[in-house]
Amino acid sequence: MQALTNRVKVVDRKPMTFGEKIYLPAVFKGMSITFSHMFRKKPTINYPEQRRQFSPVFRGLHVLNRDEEGRERCTACGLCAVACPAEAITMEAAERKDGEEHLYREEKYAARYEINMLRCIFCGLCEEACPKDAIYLSETFTPSNYSRKKLVYAKEDLLIPNVLTEADDLAKARGL
Amino acid sequence: MILLTLDWAFIIEKLILIAIVVSASLVIAMYATYAERKVAAVMQDRRGPNRAGPFGLLQPLADGMKLFFKEEIIPNSSNKFLFIMGPALAMLTAMMTSAVVPWGNKLEIFGTTVSLQIADINIGILYVFGVVSLGVYGIMIGGWASNNKFSLLAALRGASQVISYELAMGLSLIALLMMTGSLSLKTIVEEQMKGGWGGILGWNIWYQPLGFLIFFVCAMAECNRAPFDLPEAESELNMGYHQEYSSMKLGFYLFSEYINMFISCAIITTLFFGGYDMPFIDESSMSVNMAALIGIVAFMAKIFFFIFVFMWIRWTLPRFRYDQLMNLGWKGLIPLALANMLITGAVILARQGF
Repeated sequence: MQALTNRVKVVDRKPMTFGEKIYLPAVFKGMSITFSHMFRKKPTINYPEQRRQFSPVFRGLHVLNRDEEGRERCTACGLCAVACPAEAITMEAAERKDGEEHLYREEKYAARYEINMLRCIFCGLCEEACPKDAIYLSETFTPSNYSRKKLVYAKEDLLIPNVLTEADDLAKARGL
Repeated sequence: MILLTLDWAFIIEKLILIAIVVSASLVIAMYATYAERKVAAVMQDRRGPNRAGPFGLLQPLADGMKLFFKEEIIPNSSNKFLFIMGPALAMLTAMMTSAVVPWGNKLEIFGTTVSLQIADINIGILYVFGVVSLGVYGIMIGGWASNNKFSLLAALRGASQVISYELAMGLSLIALLMMTGSLSLKTIVEEQMKGGWGGILGWNIWYQPLGFLIFFVCAMAECNRAPFDLPEAESELNMGYHQEYSSMKLGFYLFSEYINMFISCAIITTLFFGGYDMPFIDESSMSVNMAALIGIVAFMAKIFFFIFVFMWIRWTLPRFRYDQLMNLGWKGLIPLALANMLITGAVILARQGF
């Protein structure tokens, strides 16, 4: 029969020769292979002490951005929630009151903003959809947790530190 | 009244020696588990345990603690007496073999000479064989008392494997015993120390290479170590004969295996590699204690080398299929051992001039 591909290998069903039957040559060959592996460089990275470099396009945990005066940029337009293929984002909009101008950049803001990190697939479409530069994917990944509820991140968990009032925290979060 | 006069010094000396040997073999078995994981790791390009203590050296303690604190479960349908007896017997037989191994020549303490062998009995090798074949009862009883079909299958495998390989093991040793003319391990070591070229040429490995190979393979099979770990084949039997065991009873089974490995390495060293003979050093020109110390160091170094070889083989070879195991034992090793015995006998006769 003609072979369909050129990768066919015919199985050798010849009875074993004496050299094969006593296994020893094969055993010594195998042992020399494992012995040589003892001197190989180990690819392991000792995780908590050493960390792997993230690629520049790494998409990790989300942050909600503030502007240079420390005001939230998000206007709760809902485009991120629409763009989200995993339907992980929910929000509730609210109107900015008088005297809250230092908190929110525009007249409308997100009173509630939640991302379910168990649903999120970290595709980054929310980041692309946002017209206000309010949501970004950072270089940290989601820590594990014992409860599903705690993995629904609220606005407080996502917002970056205020540049005016929490400058130290911001510097730390940026790894400076 | 003469019957009642005990030599208390003798009893105390032996008790201390027993305590030292038992605790030493326990500690070595403990660190053999650590070594096993490290050896496995370096052979698979991994790092192995390195979190508990420096270089992970406290890992065996952590493992032991975990086993102690686990819940002890005795299945309702098991035979409770035998269920407890299984691991106890496995542990006991594993420890008992060390009694006839000469760990060194002799020490001089406070003017008394202390032999570094618990009992120099003139049938040392036979004793070892007897105790080792008792060891299979630990597996058999444990597997049977669990009242679990997989455990029973594993126990049957263990029993048949040990019995088949014990034959070849014994036959391979007969040639060696014909050469030395003694069953006492101490005499066998002393015979080997007489050889030329710093004592190395006297080692039995040069006269009995085939015998050594057969003995080594059989020792590995007796210890139920890979590639002969059929009684513990996880992929075929869930876990093996200790499937129903938990807590320290399981620990005893696993531990006895490592003690067995240590002791069988000690016996291989004693029989084929000159025991406590340090090559290129003339022990008789030194003080007795110094010579004994060097002897113990040499003995331990040889044992550790063989333990490493055991591990090396385990992390290289896949498990035998059951028919391959039986073919190798009955059709391979036993005829080879018989041939080895005949050739040795012929050579001995020829040297005596018929």
